[in-house]
Amino acid sequence: MLKIDALEFGYRSNRKILDDIKFDVAKGECVAILGNNGAGKSTMLKCLNKIISPQKGRVVVNEVDILKLNRLDIAKNTAYVAQKSEGSRITAYDAILLGRKPYIKLAPKKEDYEIVENIIASMSLEKFSLRYIDELSGGELQKVMIARALAQEPKVLLLDEPTSCLDLKNQLEVLKLIQNITKEKDIAVVIVIHDLNLALRYCDRFLFLKDNEIFCYGGMDVMTSENIGAVYQVPVTVQTYQNQKVVIPLT
Amino acid sequence: MDNNKKTACGVNYDQYVRRKVLTIVTLVVLTFLMALFAISAGSADIPVSEVLKALFGFGAAKNVLVTVNIRLPRILMAIVSGIGLAAAGCVMQSILKNPLASASTLGISQGASFGAAIAITFLGGGTVLGNTADAVTINNPYLTSFCAFAASMFVTFVILGLSKARKASPETMILAGVALSSLFAGATALLQYFSSDVQMAAIVFWTFGDLGRASMQNIQVSAVVTIGALIYFMFNRWNYNALECGEHTAIGLGVNVARVRLIGMTVASLTAATIVSFVGIINFIGLIAPHIMRRFVGNDYRYLLPASALMGALMLLISDTFARLIISPVILPIGAITSFLGAPLFLYLIFKGVGHNAEN
Repeated sequence: MLKIDALEFGYRSNRKILDDIKFDVAKGECVAILGNNGAGKSTMLKCLNKIISPQKGRVVVNEVDILKLNRLDIAKNTAYVAQKSEGSRITAYDAILLGRKPYIKLAPKKEDYEIVENIIASMSLEKFSLRYIDELSGGELQKVMIARALAQEPKVLLLDEPTSCLDLKNQLEVLKLIQNITKEKDIAVVIVIHDLNLALRYCDRFLFLKDNEIFCYGGMDVMTSENIGAVYQVPVTVQTYQNQKVVIPLT
Repeated sequence: MDNNKKTACGVNYDQYVRRKVLTIVTLVVLTFLMALFAISAGSADIPVSEVLKALFGFGAAKNVLVTVNIRLPRILMAIVSGIGLAAAGCVMQSILKNPLASASTLGISQGASFGAAIAITFLGGGTVLGNTADAVTINNPYLTSFCAFAASMFVTFVILGLSKARKASPETMILAGVALSSLFAGATALLQYFSSDVQMAAIVFWTFGDLGRASMQNIQVSAVVTIGALIYFMFNRWNYNALECGEHTAIGLGVNVARVRLIGMTVASLTAATIVSFVGIINFIGLIAPHIMRRFVGNDYRYLLPASALMGALMLLISDTFARLIISPVILPIGAITSFLGAPLFLYLIFKGVGHNAEN
């Protein structure tokens, strides 16, 4: 589904932020990008839909290198949810309708409105869909931004720390929503996340970035105290509680 | 269509859209009524019924002369200038992500003043016909307008050139505009310092702004530029909406942000420069009209752009009529009146919180 091959990026030619990044994500799979601050997680995510252009490498979605497509076609394949969404005086409905922008020529068609309304109904956003998004709570706004991304009908959904500004209840709600969407829409999801326990709970595979490179990539088997300790430079233990792995810092 | 028809997900979106459209239709009606009143009112009052006859060439010859030859061009220029300045300000505020962006913030007005001052000081563009202030005249309006336009477009291209080198970031554009604004304001002051009394009076007179100085040809040129700009802006309304959600989100939605910014700034500046070069400095409309309408229709550029443009026209019509009537037959400077009337209204809207939320 999504295949990243030999991706390289640096702000200056002599200073690489990302070096030889290679991994793939299957349909219906959610991959967590993990690592310290400054490891290049958000930069990598932005390279995947050319928000910033990588110097080398390919991002292949269904056998097509999307880095060679124009911006509108990239937007039809991948949708991006920023770390901190900017509230504005547009309604939640119109913010979600904005997700149809790559498909709109002069004005939205009936089909565009139907897609938006189906998403609103499926995510239970009716009660605030006609409120301005600058009046919404952090959790409501993040759900609207995810709904807007879904309106793009993407094959790949990219989320940059979608829960970083949310309280625990909203973190759990938003990540559960993402988990459900991944399975129901059968799309590939790449999510940058800091909370290892939330990643363990809601993601299928885990990619650790360290020193501009992939340190390790895999399923639950890579979530070991050795790997986590090596990446974060913090001693941890990984234990199982009610059939769920949890990471506990030892400092 | 049923007024309360809900969509498939139970949301009353049709009603919400109808409210926005109704706001725009109300502004069209108000602008039309205000235009009729403005033509009718003046030192020679002409009843509205006579105005309507005169507009079609009927009625008393004196009424036709005053209506068609004197007041109609002024009213048309007020409408065109209001629409152009407000639409340009609205787009500048979006693409620069700055609520203070307008032709004057970015140095375009100051560039125009400097160009006009050059024409008046060195090229013989202004003179005095008598002893009173209103006898100061711009005796070569084409030359003055041309120099004003050239200088304001020079400012635009310097801003665009500098910002292109820095990937068209809004901060670079705003800061370059503020620097150039200061530069040209200083240069104009220096020209005034070394100019004669007559030249200085002409420069000050030009910067006051005057809708009556525009010829029918000026109005046609301004109208063509303004209509072209409005079409371009409306064509890009979804891009401006996407920019409201942040630059990275906009790119993720397929918007070529740098191109939208550079072309948008060029078109907005061209529109403002054209109008300012014909009528002088009218500062506040481009800044305030979009902010007033944001309180009523929100930031959705599908509605905000036409609503702001119409509010600009309405405000300029009201200001000009006020300027003509308040101590008639003396006509007060329109640039001062727009700020004088607009600022209290704006402050009232901000502090009283007048306006709608989306649901009522």
